[in-house]
Amino acid sequence: MRWLRDPSFWVSVLIVALAGAWPLVTGSASGREDMSLILMFVILASSLNIVLGYTGYVNFGHIVFFGLGGYIGFYLISQMGWHLIPAAIAGAIVTALFAAVLGAIILRLRGAYFALATIGVNEAVRALIVNWDALGGAVGMTMNFKRYQAYGGPMNALWVAYGLMIVVALLSVITSYGVRTSKFGLGLLAIREDEDAALVLGIAAPKAKTIAFVLSAIFPALAGALFFFKNGNIEPGDAFRLHMSVEGIVMIMLGGYGTVLGPIVGAATYERLRGYLLTSPIFKDLQLAFAGVLLLLIIIFVPSGLVGWLRNRFPKVRRVLA
Amino acid sequence: MDVLLPSLVDGLLIGFVYGLAAMGLTLIFGVMDVVNLSHGALIVLGMFGVYLLYTALGLPPYVGLFIMLIAGILLGMALYGIAIHPLLGGPHLSTLLSTFAVSMVIIGVGTALFTSTPRNIDFSLGAVQVGNIRLLGTRVVAAFVAIIMAVGLYVFMYRTHTGKSIRAVANNRDAAELVGIPSRRILALSFGLGTMLAMVSGGLIATLFPFNILSGGVYELKSFVICVLGGMGNPTGALLGGLILGLIEGFVPVFMPVGWTPVIEFTLFVIILLVRPSGLLGAR
Repeated sequence: MRWLRDPSFWVSVLIVALAGAWPLVTGSASGREDMSLILMFVILASSLNIVLGYTGYVNFGHIVFFGLGGYIGFYLISQMGWHLIPAAIAGAIVTALFAAVLGAIILRLRGAYFALATIGVNEAVRALIVNWDALGGAVGMTMNFKRYQAYGGPMNALWVAYGLMIVVALLSVITSYGVRTSKFGLGLLAIREDEDAALVLGIAAPKAKTIAFVLSAIFPALAGALFFFKNGNIEPGDAFRLHMSVEGIVMIMLGGYGTVLGPIVGAATYERLRGYLLTSPIFKDLQLAFAGVLLLLIIIFVPSGLVGWLRNRFPKVRRVLA
Repeated sequence: MDVLLPSLVDGLLIGFVYGLAAMGLTLIFGVMDVVNLSHGALIVLGMFGVYLLYTALGLPPYVGLFIMLIAGILLGMALYGIAIHPLLGGPHLSTLLSTFAVSMVIIGVGTALFTSTPRNIDFSLGAVQVGNIRLLGTRVVAAFVAIIMAVGLYVFMYRTHTGKSIRAVANNRDAAELVGIPSRRILALSFGLGTMLAMVSGGLIATLFPFNILSGGVYELKSFVICVLGGMGNPTGALLGGLILGLIEGFVPVFMPVGWTPVIEFTLFVIILLVRPSGLLGAR
């Protein structure tokens, strides 16, 4: 295996694995909750990076996959009595099919038009779910506590969901690495640089873009099912929060657009920073404004993000930081 | 028919205001190919501007609107210098994010100052009765102001030297530079005009509906739908798109639960983007 001899593969995977394992070692519940959020952000940012960073398509509706996976998983567990794992996988399969159909249609649009269409899709799906009474409509659904007995009680269920979150985070990072270093990934990068030139050179751009879109849909769908299982209730406002898509983009920009490690670093930094701002007495009320100023400074002065900046500044680290 | 006609007329009146808001967004896109994600925040700024001038200084909302008009141009030009100009010519992502960052700053500071409690401007102009249709005075005036602004913008763009320069820059920035048009100043002015339209329409909406610091998102999304209906970058189309959206909002609740309006709006939005990305008026 070529991957296993690549130090940059191990750097990315080990960071996620070790950080994820830490709460398992200490057994601290608050550490688990913090890390669970970070891992979820890693999943969202890494998967979004496949479409945004590698392919160059700005997707504001990434969160729609998270919401759909969450809703399907939640419905299967709470109403149909499924186990968490098959429910999450079923949610991911349906979401991937949705992404395949949607991608084949809207990936024909380019630039700002694509970005706008993704906003429209997210809002349309959210509005649809709000009107869907079987899924609880605007108030959503709540998990019956009895459901958690199958996992050894509610306390244990949280650890089960956390363990699965680590697995999904690792899978999404490995997928992101696999795409980045494959011939398929090179095709995506060519599309990002100049789609017409890529077409002329024989890259089947429509197919490649759709596959990238489907790959990017699977992991947030799994994360959504796990998150809302842990959360115990689901409602349209939480599941399809447009703001969270943009937060994912901010994480990618912070860490480094189009790199494997960037979204991981960005997600962790963003979560820590947000946690600090929310609890600090000075910035508590101004955390959103502060994040906005920070984002603006990054875009203007360090557009390639932390990892991208390191790679450009010190070419030697490129071997270790993919 | 008794229900239908009044709600259609109401929808039309509001549609003019929506159209005006969308003109700001579409103007900026048409001239500099930037999707302004701070549009909603600027609308809210207009709402709060008019609201504060009314409650704190007792200025009538329509005087407040005039102040928003001037403040909007100045603010827009400043924002252009900070968040747009350094990033023009780069990938779309950078201006999408920089305008979004501006919106985060405005909403963040606004939430800290005003919290998210709902507000409304307690101001009434009575009502006019035409046949069996009761027209609220504020709505008629809002539509009227929106029409005047739209006509004013049209005259400015087609009849003045500066307006023609804006259209030249929109058409081809390099060629405009070659014939001596100072494109940086023209772009800044265009962003100022777009901001002004957002803030004035925000002020108008504030006289019609209650609002809070987070209301901008809803109107921003409506503006996107309208822009796409009318064709991105086409101000006349935006007015038409606004009327269509107003009609949908007046029409749909008569036939089905009001919650379905956004489903229809956004589905229409995605379909139009796919089938006719240049808008209903645009060429195929």
